[in-house]
Amino acid sequence: MAWYAFRRHTAYPVSALAEALSNVAFGFIRAYILIALWRVRPSLGGYDVTDAVTFCFLTQALIGPVQIFGGMELSERIRSGAVAVDLHRPVDLQGWWLADDLARAAATLLLRAGPPLLAGALLFPLRTPGPGLLAAFLLSTLLAVLVGFGLRYLGALAVFWVHDDRGLNAVQLVLSMFFSGMIVPLVIFPGALGEVARALPWAALVQVPADVFLGKRTGADLAAALGFQAAWAAALLLAGRALTAAARRKLVIHGG
Amino acid sequence: MIEVEDAVKTFTVRRRTGRLRRERTERRAVDGVSFTVAPGEFVGYLGPNGAGKSTTIKMLTGILTPTSGRVRVAGLEPARHRTALARRIGVVFGQRTTLWWDLPLRDSLTLIRHLYRVEAGAHRTRLAELTALLELGPFLDTPVRQLSLGQRMRGDLAAALLHDPELLVLDEPTIGLDVVSKATVRGFLERLNAERGTTVLLTTHDLGDIERLCDRVLIIDHGRLAYDGGLARLRATVDADRVLVVDLARPGPPVTPPASVPGVVVERVAGPRQWLRLPRSANAAAVVAAIAEHHEVVDISLGEADIEEVLAGLYRGDRPYEPAAGRPAGGPAT
Repeated sequence: MAWYAFRRHTAYPVSALAEALSNVAFGFIRAYILIALWRVRPSLGGYDVTDAVTFCFLTQALIGPVQIFGGMELSERIRSGAVAVDLHRPVDLQGWWLADDLARAAATLLLRAGPPLLAGALLFPLRTPGPGLLAAFLLSTLLAVLVGFGLRYLGALAVFWVHDDRGLNAVQLVLSMFFSGMIVPLVIFPGALGEVARALPWAALVQVPADVFLGKRTGADLAAALGFQAAWAAALLLAGRALTAAARRKLVIHGG
Repeated sequence: MIEVEDAVKTFTVRRRTGRLRRERTERRAVDGVSFTVAPGEFVGYLGPNGAGKSTTIKMLTGILTPTSGRVRVAGLEPARHRTALARRIGVVFGQRTTLWWDLPLRDSLTLIRHLYRVEAGAHRTRLAELTALLELGPFLDTPVRQLSLGQRMRGDLAAALLHDPELLVLDEPTIGLDVVSKATVRGFLERLNAERGTTVLLTTHDLGDIERLCDRVLIIDHGRLAYDGGLARLRATVDADRVLVVDLARPGPPVTPPASVPGVVVERVAGPRQWLRLPRSANAAAVVAAIAEHHEVVDISLGEADIEEVLAGLYRGDRPYEPAAGRPAGGPAT
């Protein structure tokens, strides 16, 4: 099932390439801002300049797989009533869309993750993790994808109640951009704000995988980082299950 | 195959009545419907838009839970056993597709095979059979987004039937199709029902579908069952309301129907065109002849009143409806 979803999500490689190029371009903009910041405040948040630049291109590469900008095909299908078709299939709604999303993440990882990292590596010295760290990073990315799915699935299901998801999407976008570390790394958030930001689920999307990649979390700390992601993934998926059941109870399929 | 007993589905509609105040009103989309469908039947489920057809179907397939009443399909309670039921029934929506837009039809069908856990050998045989019957061959490898509506519809039918369901539920399967595609779809459904014994429940606004296919017709209006019976009896009711359209050479006052043919009334006059309603027994030729005697007639046409009009009439109780013997009648219909 996931294989066909993968085929579907790789059906338009040119569009994926265009998106990757845009990720590259913004990568450079962000990189120069971060370089300027770290020139003024070296070793801010425990990162040096190389860490910051690596963080920048790495997170640009993760935009696609964790779908940081939010949104899900499901919300449009609920809005239009096409979800009725999904509900007529002999499968669980959440499981179905999770399979689709994992395939989507794999497809974007293949098509969109390479260019930003490659472009960044050509122009700047980037950190490169060893094989052990790389494996931990891939695991962390998988967990990030699950957390991303959990968040977006809840947002999509909300369309059963609110009928229009634009307002909700805007809020979700701001939250995920700010609290994931996409705008600036969460490590430089000061005091209590930093503590809170690093405990929220959005931190699991980008900040944690990036820290793993940069080798900031090792040993027991690495296990704690992955455990943090896994806990949020489980909590969000369970919340998704509960919300699915609630939605099915009150279900109104739009448009006949 | 299908048992529905006093099924009710209410939706809450919120309406803004003031700056902050909202009024909640309950709307009964389905209001005490009962019927049974035996295995092998081909049943038409009709009613005007908003009558409760789709709501009933969604209760039958388990994606809506009835507010009260009892629904059983293939021995299962749909809302509770949605996925188990989905393996045993096929559902086709004329207005939506179950196929994947970006994949070739063949891949969509293979994916569906996995969803329904159809064994590979059985799938091959079944696909070959459906390909021949629905003439899918020429476009099996075309991405679904490039298919015409008629081709897509045939693809959707194949998708719904790959797992050889006992019951096929069709929601307006011929909507928007051209004459040839309609004929293909109807011919296919007819064979499916006759040769495989698949039970079919069909909703449609197309009288042609009903005439060609359905042995039995259920009519729902305002959430209540207004008619349950054979097609012949429905046709008798429909024929009771033939409409004669007469185009005169000049506009004038309503024509006087001949006294020899009782029950004819002029319903509407618009310029030179007049509409006359004739009872079933009326001799249309005599009416035309009588009018032509006094007026210069340019053109005439005789048509049947459209089905929604008849439905509304049935529901209002214009024509008393008595349930067919031996078959449970739905709701308070009169």
